[in-house]
Amino acid sequence: MPDLTPAPDAGASPAPVVDMTGISISFPGVKALDGVDFRMFPGEVHSLMGENGAGKSTLIKALTGVYSVDSGVIRLAGKQVTFSGPAQAQAAGISTVYQEVNLLGNLTVAENVMLGREPRRLGGIDWRAMRRRSAEILQGLHLDIDPGSLLNSHSLAIQQLVAIARAIDVQAKVLILDEPTSSLDGEEVAELFRVIRSLKDRGVAILFVSHFLDQVYEISDRLTVLRNGQLVGEYLTHELLRIDLVQAMIGKELSALEDLGSRIHSAEKEATSAARPATFLAAKAISRKGAIAPVDLTIGAGEVVGLAGLLGSGRTELARLIGGVDHTDSGQLKVNGVPIRLRTPRQAIKHQIAYSSENRRAEGIVDELSVRDNIVLALQADRGWFRPIPRKRQDELAASYIEALNIKTPNADALVRNLSGGNQQKVLLARWLAIAPRLLILDEPTRGIDVGAKAEIQKLVYSLAENGMSVLFISAELEEVLRLANRIVVLRDRRKVADLPNDGLSVDDLLAVIAEGSVDPELESGVAS
Amino acid sequence: MTTMSVPASRLGRAWARTVDVFTSPKSGPVLVTAVLFLLMFTAGGVRYRGFFSAATILNLLVSYSYLIVLAVGMSFVIISGGIDLSVGAVLALSTIIAAKLLQLGWNPILVMVLILVATSTLGLLVGLMIHVFEVQPFIATLAAMFLARGLCYIIAKESISITDPVFAWMAKTRIVLGYRMSVTPSVIIALVVLAIAVWVLQYTRFGRTTYAIGGGEQSGMLMGLPTSRTKVLVYVVSGFCSGLAGILYSFYTLSGYALTGVGTELDAIAAVVIGGTLLTGGYGFVLGSALGVLVLGLIQTIITFEGTLSSWWTKIFIGALLLVFIILQKVLTSRRT
Repeated sequence: MPDLTPAPDAGASPAPVVDMTGISISFPGVKALDGVDFRMFPGEVHSLMGENGAGKSTLIKALTGVYSVDSGVIRLAGKQVTFSGPAQAQAAGISTVYQEVNLLGNLTVAENVMLGREPRRLGGIDWRAMRRRSAEILQGLHLDIDPGSLLNSHSLAIQQLVAIARAIDVQAKVLILDEPTSSLDGEEVAELFRVIRSLKDRGVAILFVSHFLDQVYEISDRLTVLRNGQLVGEYLTHELLRIDLVQAMIGKELSALEDLGSRIHSAEKEATSAARPATFLAAKAISRKGAIAPVDLTIGAGEVVGLAGLLGSGRTELARLIGGVDHTDSGQLKVNGVPIRLRTPRQAIKHQIAYSSENRRAEGIVDELSVRDNIVLALQADRGWFRPIPRKRQDELAASYIEALNIKTPNADALVRNLSGGNQQKVLLARWLAIAPRLLILDEPTRGIDVGAKAEIQKLVYSLAENGMSVLFISAELEEVLRLANRIVVLRDRRKVADLPNDGLSVDDLLAVIAEGSVDPELESGVAS
Repeated sequence: MTTMSVPASRLGRAWARTVDVFTSPKSGPVLVTAVLFLLMFTAGGVRYRGFFSAATILNLLVSYSYLIVLAVGMSFVIISGGIDLSVGAVLALSTIIAAKLLQLGWNPILVMVLILVATSTLGLLVGLMIHVFEVQPFIATLAAMFLARGLCYIIAKESISITDPVFAWMAKTRIVLGYRMSVTPSVIIALVVLAIAVWVLQYTRFGRTTYAIGGGEQSGMLMGLPTSRTKVLVYVVSGFCSGLAGILYSFYTLSGYALTGVGTELDAIAAVVIGGTLLTGGYGFVLGSALGVLVLGLIQTIITFEGTLSSWWTKIFIGALLLVFIILQKVLTSRRT
């Protein structure tokens, strides 16, 4: 049974508003939750922690009525409830902001905030009141946008804030925020936290899920840790050291990350003393109208080049040009000194350049296919469909990647849809590794992924580079870019502002470059062009 | 795109806003249709005597009131991201039920109610098939189309004429609007249906949920909207409209015939698409669909006025127009996302 640390029930603390006991949910081949207890108190921020596949999303969906539980009891304010859908949970005062923005781009901002509880007049929707009311709510989040505009005319970060505006508008007793900050920048996060605190003061119980430990420690009062669908324990945040938390989540000694850090550190020293590697890819003044201004970029064989910059700085746009997803308006690409033209990802793959999209769900995995099919997909496409990969070879490939990347799946025939986000990402990586690319472009490969899987992916990137593969690595997490990259290219406002060798750079240095774009002359030695 | 990033003058701002409205996937296509309609109407007026008049429009309404009603139902379905291929066959079925039952001496009011109940029920079954068994709307409504068309032949192979006084009154009556201008009661019915549909789509939760399903069913469901119910109801609406269109059509022709309305479902789809509704769902206006019907009718009228052209040119023009509109929609949506 879970080892509950002494909870602060002693006297003053009120009764829990949410009390889930013995919750179990199974999917075909996977026991997603196994007898988990979870409770939330009014006026408290409770963080749900765990690796990918730990069961966080499943627990949330059990609470919000998306999944029905196989066994276990959910009590809301002391009364047992069974929700048969999100609408019922919402009516009962549980509102949710899901990890992926689940709003309607084809409707107006006002509707996205208000729909489901829209103000009415003469039996119909009162549009003026709806726009006015939603404008008020948005202003509460310091979001100054026209409520009458279509949602999909706004950026992802704004859409995320609209989702939050929708959630806090309900007279919610319980607010669930599943990875609300993954697409927000620092200032927006601060704004969100201000809102969370004021809701907390109003007695709302808040469930907060984030992979950013700093944010978890900043905002939450209580932590519940899940691992492999089971409860590890419930803790008070201020009583739990970070290192203990991470250990509870991973369930093994957390030497992995530190170990990796030191290994790379020593490798860096070697690298800096060695000569610069042979150039694999050289881009000269490549650009695309509306996406990115002319950029020079070189990537050496076995080099990890990090792309850093804020959301919308042109990171993904540049990656898509090199990956052949979008074609360039001007400039030239050379692979091993030979000029090439990329019009499709297929052509890029022929030149052994693989692009792994940041949009895992839409541009990455194929939900309805098995793990094996997903892994062999790119390889099969590359061979051509008239030369099918023999089943035996497919099985070997799948088995070897499942083992090598530690993909948690019941077997190779399981549908990718049923895997957790981190494991889906590993399947995607396996797909690209199967075609043995010379250059692997990883766009946010660790977004929304827990510490353990993150460390594994980082280790993998490192060892790939060690074996001579070039990697273009994009991440919003600067620590990660700093840890992995030999060189860091900084983009701002769709322009390259710096190209820095990664020796002795700190996060603060990098932040300064991203913010100011003014590079210290001594650091600028590595700038191409 | 225009290069005016910072419009200085009021005129500049107005121009920028106009560009914005015309290039939005929401309002762009329907405005283009409106402009097209005006251009065609003016061009016809310049070229032919007696063309440029309210009577031309009123005649279009009289001839195509049934198609407006069909297009209204089809708009609901297409906005929700589905398609309904059964509407033409259901229209034929209701004309033939009407003719047969009236021949047997049934009360005309009862006949109309029965038709509307029957076609709505058929729509309900189709909706349930699509929702519960997750059958593609294309397949489910194709099945309903064959079913309805088959039933027509079982009821009567030959054309049956309608002599019922109520139906005859509906066919003959002219509601005078002013100097030499009049319409049939069917036009009034179609316009009332249109007005209700505008209100339902814009001002009710059912209507907004219809858009939500077209924009992203999963998201709508997670937002707590009644997506399952709405998805089924959309086909009930389309079934009801097909039944009503059948009744209007039998007022117009005073007969019921199994071969009526072959391909009419495609006319309805064409009208909806030309009216600016995206075939992928999520965007569109039912008023646009009515405008689409008028554009189709106007093409037919112009070709009749031309005299020398074969009426098959209508189809060619409609085909070309459809192609242009679908490309236009693609351009508008891809630029926005």
